[in-house]
Amino acid sequence: MSLTEGTRPRHVPDRLSSRPTRILRSWELLLFGIGVLIFLANTQASPYFLDPWNLSDATFNFTEKAFIAFAMALLIISGEIDLSVAGIIALASTAMGWALQWGVGAPGLVAIGLSVGLLCGAVNGVLVTRLGLPSIVATIGTMSLFRGISYIVLGDQAFNGYPPELAFLGRGYVFWVISFELTLFLLFALLYGTLLHFTNFGRQIYAIGNNPTAATFTGIRVARVKMILFLLTGLMSGIAAVCLTARLGSTRPSIAFAWELEIVTMVVLGGVSILGGSGSILGVVIAALVIGLVTFGLGLLNVPGIVMSIFIGGLLIAVIALPRLVRLLRTGRVT
Amino acid sequence: MTTTRRIAIGAGLAAGLSASLMGGAATAQDTVRIALVAKALGIGFFEAAARGAEEAAEELGDVEIIYTGPTTTTAEGQIEVVNSLIAQRVDAIAISANDPDALVPALERAMQRGITVVSWDSGVAPAGREMHLAPSSDQLIGETIITLAADHLPDEAGKVAVLSATSTSTNQNVWIAAMKEYMADTYPDIELVATVYGDDLADKSYRETQGLLQSYPDLDAIIAPTSVGIVAAAQAVQDAGKVGEVNVTGLGLPSEMAGAIESGASESFAIWNPIDLGYAVTTIAYELATDAATAEPGAELSMGRVGTATLDENNEAAMSEPFTYDASNIDEFASVF
Repeated sequence: MSLTEGTRPRHVPDRLSSRPTRILRSWELLLFGIGVLIFLANTQASPYFLDPWNLSDATFNFTEKAFIAFAMALLIISGEIDLSVAGIIALASTAMGWALQWGVGAPGLVAIGLSVGLLCGAVNGVLVTRLGLPSIVATIGTMSLFRGISYIVLGDQAFNGYPPELAFLGRGYVFWVISFELTLFLLFALLYGTLLHFTNFGRQIYAIGNNPTAATFTGIRVARVKMILFLLTGLMSGIAAVCLTARLGSTRPSIAFAWELEIVTMVVLGGVSILGGSGSILGVVIAALVIGLVTFGLGLLNVPGIVMSIFIGGLLIAVIALPRLVRLLRTGRVT
Repeated sequence: MTTTRRIAIGAGLAAGLSASLMGGAATAQDTVRIALVAKALGIGFFEAAARGAEEAAEELGDVEIIYTGPTTTTAEGQIEVVNSLIAQRVDAIAISANDPDALVPALERAMQRGITVVSWDSGVAPAGREMHLAPSSDQLIGETIITLAADHLPDEAGKVAVLSATSTSTNQNVWIAAMKEYMADTYPDIELVATVYGDDLADKSYRETQGLLQSYPDLDAIIAPTSVGIVAAAQAVQDAGKVGEVNVTGLGLPSEMAGAIESGASESFAIWNPIDLGYAVTTIAYELATDAATAEPGAELSMGRVGTATLDENNEAAMSEPFTYDASNIDEFASVF
């Protein structure tokens, strides 16, 4: 907003970010390389992999999570985190189911899902920016709170009987094998990519993540930016809740259980520094595709889900640790 | 940076290689591939069912069992699993569903692509499966719990009490009603002196049992058709020093009841046998997938050594009466579930 003295603040980050930018570029390339290799390995491993419909089905493994990952990436770059996103999905979906009992139609249900998401994001934002709570603690709290409300409302019951028009949002196809969710995924990738990399707002996010104090002194309204990011994350969780509810046609309090960690994994695998300050949307897009390919490929080989999470965990540690390890070895040799 | 990249690419290659090695052994087209989908992996009940499925596969011969499931008991996790099974074009999917409705679209697609879909344990709505195999029926459970008590009463005569869950528990109420009906015809000399409710809480069930023992000093058996109640009742009987006088029976889990069987507080109890269930559903899935049988109301489907399942108007069937556990087999099952 208030980057009035444009050249000076822009000049300093430029010098700081020229090397990180290069690292980032190679990170994305590296991740992309891994993705291509996994793709090739999959085509070799299973004769069923290279089928457009199968690949299309596989996109559902990551699209909804990726919606949230885009907003989460911005939040993590700004130095905050939101672990309540899966809880928001549960609460938003429960609210939709509850409204359904009162005869609300598909457009109303979508509006309710999005509003609840936004509202939950506002709760997180207020806790962090107004009360000054550390976001990791605040959102662990709201994670239990939001899902807890779902459990109180639903117990071991389920809401179902959603109108057929809603189903399109979760199961519909726009063109041939391109699902509505995949279209949304591409659209959000473009939107968030533009927001982060080509706007003042995006530069402010990096500035805050690198040094919030310095950002404040350059006139960035840190609390306001963070509030917007929490609202965005809440809204994206609401969108994911609408799509997931539409896809399942049913709401249980266990919906989207443990997704927050998969989403954070997606963001970090995408090269976003968990400490804030760096990362790109392209990286998150590639990470989403890599995770989708790995889970689908291993699924085709009937590798149990537990082994799958070990594989993803290993990939995450490897991708994060390798550059550091290499740097350590190099500096060790040089000095 | 180049070193970093090279190492990472090496790691990726290794991962890819191991993946393709794993794939080498996987596919053989002439066998019937039956996928047994659990609510989640790592649950004893489903692991036992998978053992039963393997047993059936061995008997049937040309069958490959794919035992799989998500890591959490969610519908979306099972949909991912079902999608990958559809992609592999397995011959049959036998699923215990985390949600009866959410899985319908994915399973409908499986059926459209010629895959036989059956549900077991926790059913899928009729649109999403060809038939459902329930472990037992309300009628059979009601008959079993009173028969268990009667078997250990001299001359099938005596006084019994029921320790249930809550007064509004649908399952328990239906079972108790079925029990009373069967009792009236089959065991006229058994008297049901009281029905009390432990609310499926260990301490309340314990106190209610103590109350029963005090109010009816000549009580012969306590029937608890709830896995929480039966354990608490057995403990109360043991603590009151009434082992041998009052027999605790009903529905319980072998792992939780092993102590009560050992102490003698419980002669026997019942619950569905997951091994038989996995065996039976695999056999049925095989018959349907190979077109040896058709799932339609009234059809009689063979379940091998377990017997025959007759489909009702909703294409649902009950496998058998609950399986009885006593001192002779408790050790074998206590470690299973």
